[in-house]
Amino acid sequence: MSPATTALAHAEPLQHPHSLQHLSSLQPLAAGHPGFLSPTGVEIIFLLVGLVTLGAAVVTVVTRQLVHAALWLVVALGGVAVEYLLLTAEFIAWVQVLIYVGSVVVLILFGLMLTRAPIGRSPDADSGNRWVALVVSLAAAGTLVTVVVDAFRATWIDLEQPVGPGEGSSEVTGMALFRHWVLPFEALSVLLLAALVGAIVLSRRQQAARAGTGGSGAPGKAGGN
Amino acid sequence: MDALDVTVRIVAVFLAFLLLPLLVGQTEHKVMAHMQGRVGPMYAGGFHGWAQLVADGVKFAQKEDVVPDGADRRVFQLAPALALIPYLLVLVAIPVAPGRGVVQALDAGIFFVLAVMGVGILGSLMGGWASANKFSLLGGLRTAAQLMAYELPMLLAAASVAMAAGTLSLPGILGVWEWWWLPWQLVGGVVFFTAGLAELQRPPFDAPIADSEIIFGAYTEYTGLRFALFLLAEYAGIVVLSALTAVLFLGGWHGPSADGLGWLWMLLKTGVLAFGVIWLRVSYPRLREDQIQRLAWTALVPLALFQIALTGVVKVVM
Repeated sequence: MSPATTALAHAEPLQHPHSLQHLSSLQPLAAGHPGFLSPTGVEIIFLLVGLVTLGAAVVTVVTRQLVHAALWLVVALGGVAVEYLLLTAEFIAWVQVLIYVGSVVVLILFGLMLTRAPIGRSPDADSGNRWVALVVSLAAAGTLVTVVVDAFRATWIDLEQPVGPGEGSSEVTGMALFRHWVLPFEALSVLLLAALVGAIVLSRRQQAARAGTGGSGAPGKAGGN
Repeated sequence: MDALDVTVRIVAVFLAFLLLPLLVGQTEHKVMAHMQGRVGPMYAGGFHGWAQLVADGVKFAQKEDVVPDGADRRVFQLAPALALIPYLLVLVAIPVAPGRGVVQALDAGIFFVLAVMGVGILGSLMGGWASANKFSLLGGLRTAAQLMAYELPMLLAAASVAMAAGTLSLPGILGVWEWWWLPWQLVGGVVFFTAGLAELQRPPFDAPIADSEIIFGAYTEYTGLRFALFLLAEYAGIVVLSALTAVLFLGGWHGPSADGLGWLWMLLKTGVLAFGVIWLRVSYPRLREDQIQRLAWTALVPLALFQIALTGVVKVVM
């Protein structure tokens, strides 16, 4: 890192208030700096893992074998976790593995095995909506790529930090989350709570309905909520 | 760290990974035999049948590797590796001694170990599905249900320790550990260890592999080395769970003259916990599937939440 680049970094106006503490090491791209996607080792690995992730994601949606789709989803989600790691976001990476690979995929597999999980191809594992789905996914991908590129075009992660917690360490993530993003965090938790309560209400209503229409139940107990 | 240092550490982890599970397996043979008043295998190797596990290994290696006709070949063959390798990765992050006594200190160590341990369950699920066997499918289903029920209390209990220490790093937690954390985090420790046992599908939570009901569940169709890999994963899981519980709740390498003998304390605590795992197998009957779910949701989750509240209150008051 040349002194000129560092000086420029401090002169650069802040675009994202939440990344205040990131500024120390997220350097703007400047002259004399390695260019966009210059072939350093990390970037090559980043691209390769990205290709694997993309491939796995495509196979996930096009395969005719239901359980294979879930297993390819593991590869895709794991690839995303590796990308997070390469971007030094260690905490997010492990949470990604814990929640998505460890729980969501297990839930999907559980659902498949509980209902229908044939070995081999399922002839009906296809949808008439495939073109609509393609359009929607392309639109979503386009939006996300635009937003991310627009937000982080000029930022650069300095991998050789002198001391202190890294860019994506749990400390830095926690600081950013609870200093600048408390409101969205709380809104999300309210949303999750609402979903939780909703799930409980739904399951209880079914229980009450079963007790009411079961026939053998006591006459006075029927009713439900 | 230079290359030699890294190599030595990796070799050490690999040796620990190969030796400790076998040691636990041998201990299980002997402890179960003594607790049940029987002799057990006594001849292989001469002294108290110490070479029985080696002989078992040779036997497994000689057996034919059968893949059922209707099975999904690739998934079926991949499953044992996926069950075993996560435990090898977890060992990398567990501190065994003060200072540099950890192969790789991770910033979010707790999340790393719990996340990677959760991935190992996928091995059982894949095996259960790919075997094309009703018993295996039932075993896989029970495995998944059990994981989803017990992942939550385990995470909450671990979160309590992280709150107490103010860090997610395992060496960091040990760095600030004090003896009075033992009673303080006791409830969390019990919850963590119990939930860990359930994730490993060890008795009394072995409904997913119940040999007398569903004939070893997900492993019904496995033979030879692949079956041995599943067994090895179980014992490696015991080692990892005991070591993690020791680090999070029993103070890891803390003890008299920890600077020199830290590794010994760590090994001792891990060993005592592993002994407890074996003891539970011998002394408790298998829980029914609904009892397993009930225990998780009505006992362990509230207890873990209570522990988090307690940790928070103590942390704020002090």
